[in-house]
Amino acid sequence: MSTWSAVLLASAGCYALKLLGWTLPSRALDNARVRRPALLLPIALLAGLVTVQTFGASRALDLDARAAGLAVAAVAVLLRAPFLVVVALAAVTAALLRLV
Amino acid sequence: MLRNALGIGVATGAYAVSFGAVAVAAGLSVPQACATSLLLFTGASQFALVAVLGSGGTALAGVLSALLLGSRNTLYAVRMADLLRVRGPRRLVAAQITLDESTAMAIAAPAGLERTAFFATGAAIYVLWNLGTLLGALGAAHLGDPAALGLDAAVPAAFLALLAPQLRDRTSLRVAAAGGLLALAAVPFVRPGVPVLIAGLAVVPLLVRR
Repeated sequence: MSTWSAVLLASAGCYALKLLGWTLPSRALDNARVRRPALLLPIALLAGLVTVQTFGASRALDLDARAAGLAVAAVAVLLRAPFLVVVALAAVTAALLRLV
Repeated sequence: MLRNALGIGVATGAYAVSFGAVAVAAGLSVPQACATSLLLFTGASQFALVAVLGSGGTALAGVLSALLLGSRNTLYAVRMADLLRVRGPRRLVAAQITLDESTAMAIAAPAGLERTAFFATGAAIYVLWNLGTLLGALGAAHLGDPAALGLDAAVPAAFLALLAPQLRDRTSLRVAAAGGLLALAAVPFVRPGVPVLIAGLAVVPLLVRR
């Protein structure tokens, strides 16, 4: 599958998921056994993305400048910095570490 | 209210600049990055798609990650359909702008203004999100080596910033810890992209236990 097909397929699928909600009867997902896992699923995936994108190399784990970037980002998040500041601080930290 | 909508639009537009840059750093072309924002238009799903593709994952793993992250929009849409009572073809537009922000603004709006809040926020974000993506993608395309710029470190920071506001109670903290560890443990054994899907297994205990 090419990058273009991935972009188009993900777009069509995500639009279908939104449209589905607009057409379902309002009671359809009014059930804690559906709602709770559905609201917690993004949390699990985002946490997985954080760890894998920080420590993952191809089929191996690696500790490099990305970890330092994440640590700085975590402090910024705790201090309630805006999104762009958090992301920029992580990038600048990693870039500076690679310079020295 | 329109000022609030614009404020949220500007904030998410800034976030879109980082998406555009990260997408190009992950190997997408500028048109591909822009098409993702125009068509997919869901922050977390977009970041997940390009992160999986950029780390050598298959397109299928990228698409699945995006869909799993997009599933919460279905819940938002059910809520909005009930609250806003939009009919006919306008529902097709409303569907595309069903997001965390537009939903939150509609729920918080005074009675009678829910629909205005939803569409104003959604429209402001749509315009500024796509503008931001274009700027970020063009910028990264002209800047050179993504690793030297630390763009690979910007990706997990972006996911952390998306995750943090959702960690409200002990259950969400536990699910996040389990998801993060499951994905890491899987890295040596499966193809890139798959560990993120494995992180989703962290919610399975909630399905079997009441």
